[in-house]
Amino acid sequence: MNIHEYQGKQIMRDFGVAVPNGHVAYNVDEAVEAAEKLGTDVTVVKAQIHAGGRGNAGGVKIAKSLDDVRTYAEELLGKTLVTHQTGSEGKEVKRLLIEEGCDIKNEYYVGLVLDRNTSRVTMMASEEGGTEIEQVAEETPEKIFKEVIDPVVGLTPFQARRLAFNINIPKESLSKAVKFMLGLYDVFMKKDCSIAEINPLVTTGEGEVLALDSKLNFDDNALFRQKDIADLRDLDEEDPKEIEASKYDLSYIALDGNIGCMVNGAGLAMATMDTIKHYGGEPANFLDVGGGASKEKVTGAFKLILSDENVNGIFVNIFGGIMKCDVIAEGIVAASKEVGLELPLVVRLEGTNVKEGKRILDESGLNITAADSMADGAQKIVEFVK
Amino acid sequence: MSVYVDKNTKVIVQGITGSTALFHAKQMLEYGTQIVGGVTPGKGGTEVEGISVYNTVEEAVKATGANASVIYVPAPFAADAIMEATDAELDLAICITEHIPVLDMVKVKRYMEGKKTRLVGPNCPGVITPDECKIGIMPGYIHKKGHIGVVSRSGTLTYEAVHQLSEAGLGQSTAVGIGGDPVNGTDFIDVLKAFEEDEDTEAVIMIGEIGGTAEEEAAEWVKANMSKPVVGFIGGRTAPPGKRMGHAGAIISGGKGTADEKIRVMNECGIEVAETPSVMGETLINVLKSSDLYDKCKTH
Repeated sequence: MNIHEYQGKQIMRDFGVAVPNGHVAYNVDEAVEAAEKLGTDVTVVKAQIHAGGRGNAGGVKIAKSLDDVRTYAEELLGKTLVTHQTGSEGKEVKRLLIEEGCDIKNEYYVGLVLDRNTSRVTMMASEEGGTEIEQVAEETPEKIFKEVIDPVVGLTPFQARRLAFNINIPKESLSKAVKFMLGLYDVFMKKDCSIAEINPLVTTGEGEVLALDSKLNFDDNALFRQKDIADLRDLDEEDPKEIEASKYDLSYIALDGNIGCMVNGAGLAMATMDTIKHYGGEPANFLDVGGGASKEKVTGAFKLILSDENVNGIFVNIFGGIMKCDVIAEGIVAASKEVGLELPLVVRLEGTNVKEGKRILDESGLNITAADSMADGAQKIVEFVK
Repeated sequence: MSVYVDKNTKVIVQGITGSTALFHAKQMLEYGTQIVGGVTPGKGGTEVEGISVYNTVEEAVKATGANASVIYVPAPFAADAIMEATDAELDLAICITEHIPVLDMVKVKRYMEGKKTRLVGPNCPGVITPDECKIGIMPGYIHKKGHIGVVSRSGTLTYEAVHQLSEAGLGQSTAVGIGGDPVNGTDFIDVLKAFEEDEDTEAVIMIGEIGGTAEEEAAEWVKANMSKPVVGFIGGRTAPPGKRMGHAGAIISGGKGTADEKIRVMNECGIEVAETPSVMGETLINVLKSSDLYDKCKTH
């Protein structure tokens, strides 16, 4: 799960990690009020959307007076920002972060991620702050330093010091940088982060070490024990169909094609998309109904596929293991009847309780094309939607 | 011979009183797996489907002599269940549970370092040696005994591969699902090593997907160490970057983990990769024929 920059900074503040003072604003008056409260000579007006690259897209403004703040807030609120991470349709700005300006001396990068090779959390740091870390990794990998962290003892001060020395943090800011890194690790572990990225981390003229930006992502699987994080979810930032899918606990990703897919298992769902494409079709979605799906869940999945206007046909590909074919079949029949399905439907069933599943479909009286294999089904549905 | 499990494997089911666990415990029993007990804290002393239930893994092991466990415990408690199985010094713990918080798994991996227990999973379909022992959730009937080793990150895609093999008359030595999570127990290389050493296995099919670099490392290992032919498939060729495709581990991020890159490295390392999932079996047959192994592998 993703949250806004201002929310991430509040969490860091709660853990004693240094961030500039700032307040969220939902309208122009709140923005001016927030700037008044800060009372600094320079105020930064930052668009809050769930995407990086806001600075280059004109989403970050430096205000030198309250009038400036008003002007920029008016300009940004309601504006659609297009960054390299939003896609061409962009994202509408509905919230602003009004933050004190600071006297930036140097910019750095600090991030925490899971390293899959070692199965450990790893802190990365670089002198090349303000640049995309992927780009630094590509062009100057020697400028990225890493510390692999033992979960039993956590990030140790010596590791944090080593990183700080490696990225040339000035001596007078060293202990503050170490404190920052240790605090960030604490946030990562206690809040079940999947990514904590501070880019840039800055040192100021006063020797402070501050997070100028913050990107915190959280492990969806841990939200059951992070209720306060789950509450920060901003539905405006998500695809409405993906929100609907999450209600039924389905894994759904909208794509551009016209063949709706319903599959059990992430691997098979991806392979089904690949196969459709191989035969010249375009999948409209990735949809994994998961393991222990109920009839209601399958019905929900079916309605979700049909709510996409681009869909001209549906391919159901089920290889039952933990999922039982008869349960899927009942869901398909119930959903088809409920929505009055008129689109071509190709179903391939195999695995646990396959005989009962096929019988339910046969006896349903619905116009369903049976497929013998994934390739057979993909070819049939591609032919139908032509 | 086979890999990890055979007819002598004695299995306990952790979380046995849950409905999914019970359904699959029955299926495993019907398949012929030796399910010798179950564990649900607080329900020790009772019995379900003729299986004795114990309060702790330690108690279950003492009473039954089990050497393997299959875990269906709900995600919030699954990490603890894996560590309990490890503490009881089982040879094998297979964790079916999906949606375990990744930082829980980071701790579990650390806990298991230097200990005896092999973990398979989590978020996996389990391990099956056809006609001997089925541990997990895979549909038993699609498997046939034979000489092809199967290893995969995806559950349903494993069934797809096995089904194609069985239809083509190629039985399997063992099929191992290693799971789709970013932190798991047994990895591709562990299983490939076991297949290389297993005298019943003549060739291997390895099924990966987008995300991470496990397939690339496995391919390098195959090139350096493996005498038996390996064919592969990578799911997610058409997946858009930055989107998590269901599995927590299946994501293309920062230009890394794409299917094309994995396929390129696998090809370079001498692994033939199936163009589509529907031709996994066919691809293997071609390789077996060109290495004179087809007749040996044709079991039915």
